[in-house]
Amino acid sequence: MKSKPEVKTEPTLVRPSRRELLVRGGAALGVLAGSAAIGRAVWDQGGFGVGSAEGARQVRDFRVASARKETQFAELAIARSPLAKTAGEPPLAPMQLVRNALEALGGMARFVSRGDIVVVKPNIGWDRMPVHAANTNPDVVAAVVQIAYEAGAKRVVVADGSCNDPNRCFQRSGIWRKAYAVGGEVVLPAEHRFRTMRLKGDVLDEWPIFTTLVDADKVINVPVAKHHNLAKFTAAMKNWYGVLGGRRNRLHQNIDTSIADLATFMRPSLTVVDAIRVLVRNGPQGGNIDDTREMHTIVASVDQVAADAFACTLIGQHRDNLPYLKMGHERGIGTMYWENLRVKEV
Amino acid sequence: MVAPSEHGGVSLDVAAASATKLAHVHHDTHDFPEPIPWKTGHAGTVAPLDRDTTWIVGAKAVTAPSPGAPGRGSVTATAVATPTIPVAAKPKPKKKKLPGSGIPARLSIRTLVWVRRASQVFFFALFMYFLFQTAFRGTFAAQADTPVRLPLPVEAFLLADPFVTAMTVLSTHTVYRGLLWSIGLLALTLVFGRVFCGWICPFGTLHHFFGWLLPSRRGRGGVRVEANKTHTYQRAKYYLLYAFLVAGVFGSAIGGLFDPICIAVRSIGLGVIPAAQYIGGRALGGASMVPSRGVQGVADHTQDFLASSVWQSHQFYFHQTWLIVFLLIAVLFANRFIPRFWCRVLCPLGAFLGVFARFALFGMEKDHAKCTDCNLCLVNCQGADSPQGGVKWRQDECHMCLNCETACPEDVIKFRFLPNRKGTVTKPDTERRTALAAAGAGALFLPASRIADALDVNYHSKVIRPPGAVEERGFLERCIRCAECMKVCPNNALHPAFLESGLEGVWTPILIARIGYCEHSCVLCGQVCPTGAIQKITEKEKLGIDVAPVKIGTAFYDHGRCLPWSMQTPCIVCEEFCPTSPKAIWVEEVEAPVRDSKPGPNGEQPAMKTVKLQRPHVDPALCIGCGACEKVCPVQDQPAVYITSVGESRSKTNVILLENTNYNQKS
Repeated sequence: MKSKPEVKTEPTLVRPSRRELLVRGGAALGVLAGSAAIGRAVWDQGGFGVGSAEGARQVRDFRVASARKETQFAELAIARSPLAKTAGEPPLAPMQLVRNALEALGGMARFVSRGDIVVVKPNIGWDRMPVHAANTNPDVVAAVVQIAYEAGAKRVVVADGSCNDPNRCFQRSGIWRKAYAVGGEVVLPAEHRFRTMRLKGDVLDEWPIFTTLVDADKVINVPVAKHHNLAKFTAAMKNWYGVLGGRRNRLHQNIDTSIADLATFMRPSLTVVDAIRVLVRNGPQGGNIDDTREMHTIVASVDQVAADAFACTLIGQHRDNLPYLKMGHERGIGTMYWENLRVKEV
Repeated sequence: MVAPSEHGGVSLDVAAASATKLAHVHHDTHDFPEPIPWKTGHAGTVAPLDRDTTWIVGAKAVTAPSPGAPGRGSVTATAVATPTIPVAAKPKPKKKKLPGSGIPARLSIRTLVWVRRASQVFFFALFMYFLFQTAFRGTFAAQADTPVRLPLPVEAFLLADPFVTAMTVLSTHTVYRGLLWSIGLLALTLVFGRVFCGWICPFGTLHHFFGWLLPSRRGRGGVRVEANKTHTYQRAKYYLLYAFLVAGVFGSAIGGLFDPICIAVRSIGLGVIPAAQYIGGRALGGASMVPSRGVQGVADHTQDFLASSVWQSHQFYFHQTWLIVFLLIAVLFANRFIPRFWCRVLCPLGAFLGVFARFALFGMEKDHAKCTDCNLCLVNCQGADSPQGGVKWRQDECHMCLNCETACPEDVIKFRFLPNRKGTVTKPDTERRTALAAAGAGALFLPASRIADALDVNYHSKVIRPPGAVEERGFLERCIRCAECMKVCPNNALHPAFLESGLEGVWTPILIARIGYCEHSCVLCGQVCPTGAIQKITEKEKLGIDVAPVKIGTAFYDHGRCLPWSMQTPCIVCEEFCPTSPKAIWVEEVEAPVRDSKPGPNGEQPAMKTVKLQRPHVDPALCIGCGACEKVCPVQDQPAVYITSVGESRSKTNVILLENTNYNQKS
């Protein structure tokens, strides 16, 4: 075995110089002070600091106050094609029906000012074609976009958060093509467009929100009236499901409250309900042309609750059967007694 | 070692004297970027050098390559400094002088090398573009009733792949549709040899690039020359090829696991792109939080652009990607040790083309007498096909990169049409016994995997194949695991299986409905499938217009978890999402008792209430097994409604109800 060479031991106790002591001591103190400062700055004393339910309800109120005041104009307008009454002649085009309804409300200029960025929110929820009436009629969307531009809008954006594959929904609903043709900007619900907001509703507290739909000067809700197996009938108020991201499948456990919560959060400038072709059963997705009825009707209103309360009669429903209408009424979002508004049928 | 002082003040890098580091040294020499030839033996044969320059040449001796005994030991290094180095006054920029005879390679070849590089970049870019476009993005230009199709033939590289064709021809005795294009590649090989490997193959280009990016210090100079000589391990790819082709004869397209195009689509499509999206999305998401309009705008537009051109509108997740990406990184990293390790050693498509390359009309002619054994041809040889003098060129290994001819200072190597073949080995260098053993292994693979997990004895409930998939046996005969279907699926529903369908089914597509469901009107997976494992069905066939709809499984309720059944809570999201018309999910209206959770004021039992509920049921005759119900079920972890493969219309035996069997239907 090899013997280790003897190591000469130096005196182990060597006192550091005063300078070294100061430098090392100072460095240690610096690290401590830095850690303390960082720790104090990000200290979450109560725990769950991020999730603490502080802050007010974020309401997106796009209503135009003057729209209700001028009494010579209607608050709820129903435009029907003559076909609904007399068969034989071709029905009025959706564009004409939308124009008629908006004229009754005093014209789009009352809702859209020059230079506004207007967001149009149709229902593009399902991978269905226009004939299935599960999505808003593309001609109605195009009409709203065009009339908004005529009223002086700077940009008109069309967007929705779909249930099925969004690319497919936007293309096959026909809305992408028709809206693009009249200059609308179509925004698909890509992941980065969602930001968590505080709704502070009874069931909806914090939820990812489609920012394109809430960052605007004016918002026009353009739902389609249709049957819904759980909620029985849906149009304007339920259409706000499209602003939600995340896993919204939980909301069905309390669908009426969540609809009311959403309608409390989103207060549109204008609601245009598409009832050109109405899905009368197997809603909300449909898929069978036999389940649809041509009604050639457009309901425009400044009151989304009243619009729903009226439109549900189209498929033989009654407002008393729709709890979310009652909730909306009680919360003061609008009135379920649409007869009390200034109604105009054209 | 030569001390610098002996050379009269000329600065002499000490390392220059070390022969093994020579190559490294002259890379660092500023005045002379060109490699200096290694010379055999005495210093007198050192190439004439410009005596006005001040750089120092160490000469490196490499023994004449002996074909029989390759190996690292054959590099014997002796350090020889050039004997006469004048004490030059000033190094002035000199015209680059070529080593050796000084005759540059033919202009046509030098041009062709650049054409080859351009071709590699072009085809790699094309491959990536096709991969990015392997997703339906929609367009404003389409009518509502325009069938949803991809505008580009995104599977083109697979269609041109003769190995895929050969495998599926052997297993199915037919050439599926677009696969006939692969004859074109075969024709190209018969004229030019393995140009596909060196000029076109995107996976080969990736290896070419990483071989350039990753060489270690050991991977330069003599060691690199040694690595680029032909080695016996290059036979491995032929054995793999034989095994895969014989497995094809016995009914399995498992060779797709090793096909380079399949690997590229699978690992980049399912791994690299989603990972890039994950990282890029986080980074750009962070940037959009910066309180500056400009930064936010740029981040937003970048996200928009990337989401509509490179990746998907939402993050995709794939089972098995960890393994798929790990293997990609492993073969790319192998380039550090053996340049183009994948192409030389493992690639069955390269081997397949190598078999045909022997008939190529274009090839190499060598004038061994002129060779000075400088080995420059080997420095950048891609195929390790023995371009150097004294040995025979291996035609089946050559990637036709033309680097050897460009590098040759003595004009020994010439590529031309119809060369003489005196110095050429055309046949693969395989041993008969090993080849037979490999073929035997291929033959045995199928029974070995099937007796372990027989397909129709033990149906796996989760082996849910894409719509249009052929019956399982035929499916395994055709599926090459290229992952095109998984990449194109708009809902992220298709995933590479692991062992769900046995060893044989590794990385074949299965639908995991919890992650994504089968979009009702979508037939894109069949459109991109290059081999017909998923047939090109139309929307009408899938939806069942005028024919029976395509069923991929059947949904079942777990009443113990379903909210209206077990917790007296309204729900029926499943019914809402059920896409069939009439709906396969129907609801039963009931009034059920439910307990109020709050106890009474005096501690008595909580009161009972009655709630109106809609309890869902499946109509098995209408259910197509798309999995939309399972995807949206709010019982998050283990769904209350789920699909299994039973009732799939492609199988005659995996059925529940007698009326669903298609014994009497023509198939």
